[in-house]
Amino acid sequence: MKVILRNPRREIEVAGGRRVKDVLRELHILPETVLVIRGDELITADQVVRDGDTIELRPVMSGGAR
Amino acid sequence: MKCRKCGGTAVLELRRHNAAFCAPDFLDFFRNQVREAVRKYRMLDKDEHVLVAVSGGKDSLALWDVLLDEGYRTTGLYLDLGIFDYSVESRRKCEEFAAGRGVPLIVASVAEEVGGPVPVIKEVTRRPPCSGCGLSKRYLMNRVALDRGIGVVATGHNLDDEAATLFGSIAHWQTDALARQSPALPSTHAKLVRRVKPLYRLSELETSAYAFLRRIDYIVEECPFAKGATSIAHKEILNRMEDASPGAKHNFLFGFLEKGRAAFERAEAVELRECARCGQVTTGTICAFCKLADQVKRTL
Repeated sequence: MKVILRNPRREIEVAGGRRVKDVLRELHILPETVLVIRGDELITADQVVRDGDTIELRPVMSGGAR
Repeated sequence: MKCRKCGGTAVLELRRHNAAFCAPDFLDFFRNQVREAVRKYRMLDKDEHVLVAVSGGKDSLALWDVLLDEGYRTTGLYLDLGIFDYSVESRRKCEEFAAGRGVPLIVASVAEEVGGPVPVIKEVTRRPPCSGCGLSKRYLMNRVALDRGIGVVATGHNLDDEAATLFGSIAHWQTDALARQSPALPSTHAKLVRRVKPLYRLSELETSAYAFLRRIDYIVEECPFAKGATSIAHKEILNRMEDASPGAKHNFLFGFLEKGRAAFERAEAVELRECARCGQVTTGTICAFCKLADQVKRTL
């Protein structure tokens, strides 16, 4: 399955057929630091993603002079 | 995962609330948190004019969206920082948001006001770019509001921003900063408008989810100068705490606001006067903004 990462935008391939939380763990991403977007919907970390899926992991953190 | 309210499929889990919500119930939750923030700190009167500081990012556009939804009379303020393509793109997001909703947007240029854009300020001052940027933002927000006769500025600071600021202030025991940190800063001088942070009860995850679910077109790319910023490092530390113990950030910030802040506030009463140059409020003779502008103009 395809995973879109941001800042900078890039795409990687990982194994599907498992839960989002397992994908996040493999990528060393804390669940509360990204929105998980499939198509035009948000999905939770317990959802199963399949080999043909594309998900975007959109970071939620902003910083600097706030 | 099921929505706590309706039992439908959840789109977002909020571990600190031990809950998950579907999209409509999350949007309700979000609006309720904003209402509670406004109520608790008496941030806004229903009929007053609010200047909303917008950057094109998720937080400030989500704030503007929710305030419009709640029926407030608002004007947006975008400060053009002159940070290359990032500023071009973020300004476009704000202009499109304002045009789409038919609401007014003021654009002010830091380069015109200070004498140079943020990248130049960074070179001239040889300090972290966020320092001059934050100073310019606070100054210009206040002055634009005063010039327009608007009594309150609303900013998109969220729970993570506030927790990270608190963490940084405690790490250096900046007692003056601790005294000032609040979701609502009152006007303590005729030339200081109130500043409020209606999103302080909501995490970055929640403001991002709100912006996404409301189909707000915000700038996802980060400010190029934010990389390596201390505030980001503090957020990463707090996120690891939160992952190990959901609610840690909430408890850290809310505990300070409810139990700790008053002690610092009592200890840090300062005398305010007007800057001899621009007339804005300062604790010295010349305000920090005028000193910054002098430094930039001297160097260029």
